Amino acid sequence: MIAVDRDPSPGKKVQLMATCLCDSFFDDVAVATVEVLEYLKCEVTFPEEQTCCGQPAFNAGDWKSSRKVVRHCVKTFAGDEPVVVPSGSCAAMVFHGALLEFEEESDLPEVRQLAGRTWEIADFIVNGLRVAEWPGKFPAKAAFHRSCHTRETNSGAATRTLLESIDGLELVPFGEGEQCCGFGGTFSVTFPNISAAMGKLKLGNALKENPEYLVSGDMGCLLHLGGIATREGKTIKTRHVVQILRDSLRNGGLIP
Amino acid sequence: MKSQPIDTYASELAEDVRRAVADGSASGYDRRAASLFSDFEDPDFLRRTAGDVKQHTLENLDTYLAQTEDRLKENGVEVHWAGDAEAACRAVLKIMRDNGATKVVKSKSMATEEIHLNDFLEREGIESLETDLGEFIVQIDHDHPSHIVKPIIHKNRQGIARSYEREGLGAYDDRPEVITARARKFLRKKYLEASVGLTGANFIVAESGRLVLVTNEGNSRFCLAGTDIHIAVVGIEKVIPRDRDLSLFLSLLGRSATGQQLTVYTEFISGPRAEGQPDGPRQMHVILLDNRRTEVLASNCRDILRCIRCGACLNVCPIYRQASGHAYRSVYPGPVGAVLSPLLAGEKFSELADLPKASSLCGACKEVCPVNIPIPDLLLRLRDKAKHEGIKSPGTPPMGGWAYLASQPTVWRASLSAGRLMNLMPLNLIPVPALRAWTKSRQLPEWRGGAFRKWMKTRKIGGKDS
Repeated sequence: MIAVDRDPSPGKKVQLMATCLCDSFFDDVAVATVEVLEYLKCEVTFPEEQTCCGQPAFNAGDWKSSRKVVRHCVKTFAGDEPVVVPSGSCAAMVFHGALLEFEEESDLPEVRQLAGRTWEIADFIVNGLRVAEWPGKFPAKAAFHRSCHTRETNSGAATRTLLESIDGLELVPFGEGEQCCGFGGTFSVTFPNISAAMGKLKLGNALKENPEYLVSGDMGCLLHLGGIATREGKTIKTRHVVQILRDSLRNGGLIP
Repeated sequence: MKSQPIDTYASELAEDVRRAVADGSASGYDRRAASLFSDFEDPDFLRRTAGDVKQHTLENLDTYLAQTEDRLKENGVEVHWAGDAEAACRAVLKIMRDNGATKVVKSKSMATEEIHLNDFLEREGIESLETDLGEFIVQIDHDHPSHIVKPIIHKNRQGIARSYEREGLGAYDDRPEVITARARKFLRKKYLEASVGLTGANFIVAESGRLVLVTNEGNSRFCLAGTDIHIAVVGIEKVIPRDRDLSLFLSLLGRSATGQQLTVYTEFISGPRAEGQPDGPRQMHVILLDNRRTEVLASNCRDILRCIRCGACLNVCPIYRQASGHAYRSVYPGPVGAVLSPLLAGEKFSELADLPKASSLCGACKEVCPVNIPIPDLLLRLRDKAKHEGIKSPGTPPMGGWAYLASQPTVWRASLSAGRLMNLMPLNLIPVPALRAWTKSRQLPEWRGGAFRKWMKTRKIGGKDS
């Protein structure tokens, strides 16, 4: 497991890390995260100074630039409250990637402190708040793409637990389900040909099962897969897991 | 805009080669999973344990290597230390010259690929013949292996039949059994002509000096059955502490490589022909190869030396499947090669510094690795090393400006709103290479920078303004 040791009872006062992708493109995912957390009686604060987790530069190999952003992140999310992120990728950056690039830095303890209380949203709901069944209903057929940054973390299983318990939601397995979608952050623009080929493969495998929705816990994957689908005129609705959770509550009349 | 060499290679790869590589590696992956998970309750525990054993060995390599040398000598084996490829090649040549030998039959070995032994021996007028079927085909085609376990994964039988025809091995016939039978017939007499059998080793045990070879074709046994001299070229990282550790490593190696519980042949070689033994080589030489392994050991990427060359990371890698092994321009392709090859390149690191970039960091390689090597972490460390050394990386967006933006919240917020201007522009006209690379095959959604922040500020909670 790549996850660090965390407080098993993190409490319900949480800080939201919205992610730069939701900040720029996918505001409804951040909205849904707040609505879902508040439905679970969490008190959500949104530190206004937040920007990005530092991953783009980390993956590009520019660790010096990345550390600058991580330091800003550590300052922004100060305190002891759990930090909840609607992205397996950004979460893994905080609790794994950042530790790697701070190995020889004197402020490693501060980075580790943040790492120890950072949760991907599905992991937080299932393993932090001990919610194993999701109420409401969502009558549809969906393909779930487990994003790669949740490998070796609890997030993949947690997401499945939640989605599989939703009334009416049918999760369809599809071919080569464990394969990467080809997004990979900066990889998507430094290796545009391979990245697109991987995306088409993933999309093709998923579409074979005729799902109405393509669901993932990372908007990076969906930005990429949705972008290919739109370009190729394929009809599939892309949704973040947390949007499905929120819509399930709405459909069940549990939230407005 | 300049592109990454591996991305360009993949885009120009012939479709039948891509298909062959993708199908071959995918089937290897499926068989691996089936054999590991049906036989063991917790294969991950085995992987982690094997990784720990190997890591322990590496961290005490000075002790274990000395022990290995002592045991080998006690067993009647001559031990040679080779600092680099040249020294290893020369050691082989010297043994041959000292014994008046001119022909060598070889079993498959990545270490000898690494030191380009065949080319060296050929230049010295020595006939060095590959006897593994795949390697044999690679050799007659003057090609290079493209996979560490399945060297001709990139070829199809039609092409092989044509090569046979060209080399006078028989009229065109592409049936696999005919291809195999013809190689067998050709090689049989070669085993008898050669006086030296050359192998690598999958493991070498410190406590017993035992060499372990795993193969599926039996050719390594033939190489040692009729010859007088056995030379094994072995990387110093192949040492494991005890014979009993083999139960762990052999259980993992066959399954990870080809989905076999055990390979067809597993040989344990403890020395040259002993008194009273009817056959076997009279001399045995082990050449222990460094070739920059000690440099790797001293680096922050030493974990890569745990590798037992099963090829599982190649089989599972989506980039390898798209690009094929030759895209990596080195003896070791795929995820393991993307770490190992630039490190073994030494002062030529910059020539292979693009390899660690050829990964979406999906982590599938780490998940299947029988010795649990954190390959994505090592790829990232090498990216940092390349950046540190000022090596240019084509297509990688510059990050300095972004880092400034992302550590200045006020500027960040302002640019979130400003980004909305993008929605008004035809994206293909914006001269940012990264954006062009994106929009070539993907639509970009509408920019909604700052929308969430606005919602968060103005929404009502429980009827009250927040």
